[in-house]
Amino acid sequence: MLWDPQLLLNAIVSGLLLGGFYAVVTVGVSISFGMLDIVNIAHPAFIMLGSYLAYLLNSTFGLDPILSSLIMLPAFFLLGALVYQIYYVAFERRGQESLRGLAFFFGLLFISEVGLILTFGVDYRFVDARYIGPSLHLGFLDFPLRMLIPCAVSLALLGALQLYLSRTFLGRAIAAVSQDPLALRLMAANPTRVKRIAFALSIATASIAGALLIIIQPVEPSMARDYIGRVFAICVLGGMGSFAGTLIAAMLLGVVENITSTFYGPSWSPAVAFGFLLLTLAFRPAGILGR
Amino acid sequence: MSAPLLQVEDLSKRFGGFTALDAINLEVGAGARLGLIGPNGSGKSTLVNCLCGTLRNETGTVRFEGAVMDGLAAHERTRLGMARSFQLPRPFGSLTVAENLRIPLLYTVNIRRGHHVPRTEIEAREAELLGLVGLAGKARQRPRDLSQVEMRKLELARAMAAEPKLLIADEAMAGLSHAEVDDILALLRRLNEAGITIILIEHIMRAVMSFSDRLVVLVAGRKIADGMPDEVMRNPEVEKAYLGE
Amino acid sequence: MRSRAFFFAALATAAIVFEGLRFLENEYLFFAGYVVLQYVVLATAWNILGGYTGYVNFGTAAFFALGAYTSVALGKLTSLPIPAMMLAGGVISGVVGLGMGYLTLRLRGVFFAIATLALAVVVQTLITNWDFVGGSRGAYTVRPALVPLLGSYVQYLFLIMLALAVIALAIAHAIEGSRLGYGFATILDDEAAAEASGVPTLRLKLVATTLSGALMGMAGAPLPYYVTYLDPASGFNLAYAVNSIAMPLIGGMTSWVGPLIGALLLGSIQQVATVSNWFGGHPEVNLLIVGVLLILFVIAAPNGIVGLLGARVGRSWRR
Repeated sequence: MLWDPQLLLNAIVSGLLLGGFYAVVTVGVSISFGMLDIVNIAHPAFIMLGSYLAYLLNSTFGLDPILSSLIMLPAFFLLGALVYQIYYVAFERRGQESLRGLAFFFGLLFISEVGLILTFGVDYRFVDARYIGPSLHLGFLDFPLRMLIPCAVSLALLGALQLYLSRTFLGRAIAAVSQDPLALRLMAANPTRVKRIAFALSIATASIAGALLIIIQPVEPSMARDYIGRVFAICVLGGMGSFAGTLIAAMLLGVVENITSTFYGPSWSPAVAFGFLLLTLAFRPAGILGR
Repeated sequence: MSAPLLQVEDLSKRFGGFTALDAINLEVGAGARLGLIGPNGSGKSTLVNCLCGTLRNETGTVRFEGAVMDGLAAHERTRLGMARSFQLPRPFGSLTVAENLRIPLLYTVNIRRGHHVPRTEIEAREAELLGLVGLAGKARQRPRDLSQVEMRKLELARAMAAEPKLLIADEAMAGLSHAEVDDILALLRRLNEAGITIILIEHIMRAVMSFSDRLVVLVAGRKIADGMPDEVMRNPEVEKAYLGE
Repeated sequence: MRSRAFFFAALATAAIVFEGLRFLENEYLFFAGYVVLQYVVLATAWNILGGYTGYVNFGTAAFFALGAYTSVALGKLTSLPIPAMMLAGGVISGVVGLGMGYLTLRLRGVFFAIATLALAVVVQTLITNWDFVGGSRGAYTVRPALVPLLGSYVQYLFLIMLALAVIALAIAHAIEGSRLGYGFATILDDEAAAEASGVPTLRLKLVATTLSGALMGMAGAPLPYYVTYLDPASGFNLAYAVNSIAMPLIGGMTSWVGPLIGALLLGSIQQVATVSNWFGGHPEVNLLIVGVLLILFVIAAPNGIVGLLGARVGRSWRR
């Protein structure tokens, strides 16, 4: 098996950049699943929503996608709060989260994909931005800007979230709510309200992740499903709720996926993430059993 | 006394950084009436979970009738003769009260016998068990229609339905009236006289003192006393553990 | 025995339905009926795992398509009759169900559900890259010219699916009144308490997964002959996953009646919508409706139509 070393190194580099992006895609689920124990498999659907909104604002007003995602942040936050409220009233309060909650989010995932197909069709959509063509060069290593910039933004966002969760009252309340709701109540914070804010936060990250996605590559409605596997593979592998673990797992996945894609063809890459996930679940259940 | 029915050697259980049980050693002879007491959070239910296989202990060995239990699933241990009631009742909500008792009959008793228990016998046994715990009129109701006290009785009846050699009753009497406590104690004594070894976990001291022929005290995951009930209660460490209770 | 009586009653009903349709002499009814019956099987199969034990399977497409592609592969190598291919498809899908269950059923139900999603994508990727069965280009299947006794090949396929539906419903009904059915119910209610009562939960869950997967594979086996051209995009269509969850959920998951009602109702609505060209002929609108109904029912009517009708159909025959 002879792999061209230059090709390999470039595959690794872009895999690392991709991994940085995957981390910000996953961080929303790290919060909702890792900390709140809500299996939001529809998270990639919210990301696709972010991508398509970025596309609309870009093609209509010429807005930079990252800028428009920041503008859309409050709307996504409110959307997340709304979704949580429905979830809470319909399932959590009744103690039926497992099967019905899953079916609920699956329904959301599905409706959003069909809705996008009906609204935008199945063709690929992309955005125009000045940094989407050029690359930085370091010797024979290429750093495409369309991947470098999303990776940088991702790392910044991850850092900001980590600071928020460890420094602010609300942030620490979020980290505490999954571990000890009673103690939280005694500290005069309403657990339901805290969870709602946390979930809303996780959906808000989807706004930014969506914009970054459409910068990296053109989007079409069925992509959400490929991301479910990646997101949960990274979440599980990285140790749920730990941002550092998420980042490492994301980069590992990005690299393996990219190498597979470069040397064996892109049609295999969806299976890589899911293969990771199956293997992790099957052979490394120690950290997952009985949570 | 012949070989003990239950032997626990050096059993420890950790949850992340928290040690719930610390090197527990225990022996229970066949036919014994063991009382297990301790403050809330001392690890009593965790110990039961480790004995019965609901949880896996990190270190130590559990031996039942001389056979090592490590690695055996909970249902296998139940089939071998260990049965327990849960401290917080866990009934099968979609089944009726009588059907709740049917499960051990279908999955433990008939396996042990090697053939199906006939339908008439199943129904007779269900009625008998319900009568013993005072739930005779509730056979066709759903657990959600029962009071807390009735659910605890159902828990106990379900454990009894498995025809165990060792029955572990985990706070089966919480919330019962004085008379109901006496009823359950009488029932447990009858079972014991018929040969069933009983471990009673309770906070109701008069029940524990009158029932047990031996008392074990757990505090913060460690066994601090093991002996005759009167001696144990005079133990200064035990007194200290219960001050302020 | 009630199970035998049920089986013969179902068989008789099926015979009446079949002869009734033949009397109407509308070939399209058989064509559309095949799809509805296919969903009866898929919904019933899904419910054996999802409704009875509570473990959600998002990867119906994997088991279904494996059955279909087993037929494609066998069709290239042999000239077996369809019932034989169904058995083969059932075995393959059943084994995959067993294997996947063995890997993931020790974990929380949530992880099993996610793993089934993973499985669907992995299997689809493998098949897409397998040129022997056509890969992404798809595969053509030639139907035999005529079938003795019946004449029309579509009627033959309809009859096969009808037979499979009867079998699936009979199995589901038989489970409910049996010791296995009780065991499944305890898994749904409280696995730890089930184990403490002597129920071998892992083994029963594996039975459910294997049986469910096998039935789905059998439902997929005749597909290449029905469509004559099969490619991964249609074989692994999201519609299968959504419908096999929505139909039991909307019909009611507590008994065999629910998936049947859900499949007949939703399946017929979707067929009518396609034919009548509602919404300008966008096939996705079908799915949008199913998705919305799924969400509405899961929030407001968790026991489905069976629950709304107030029937204690779920457990009454046990008395």
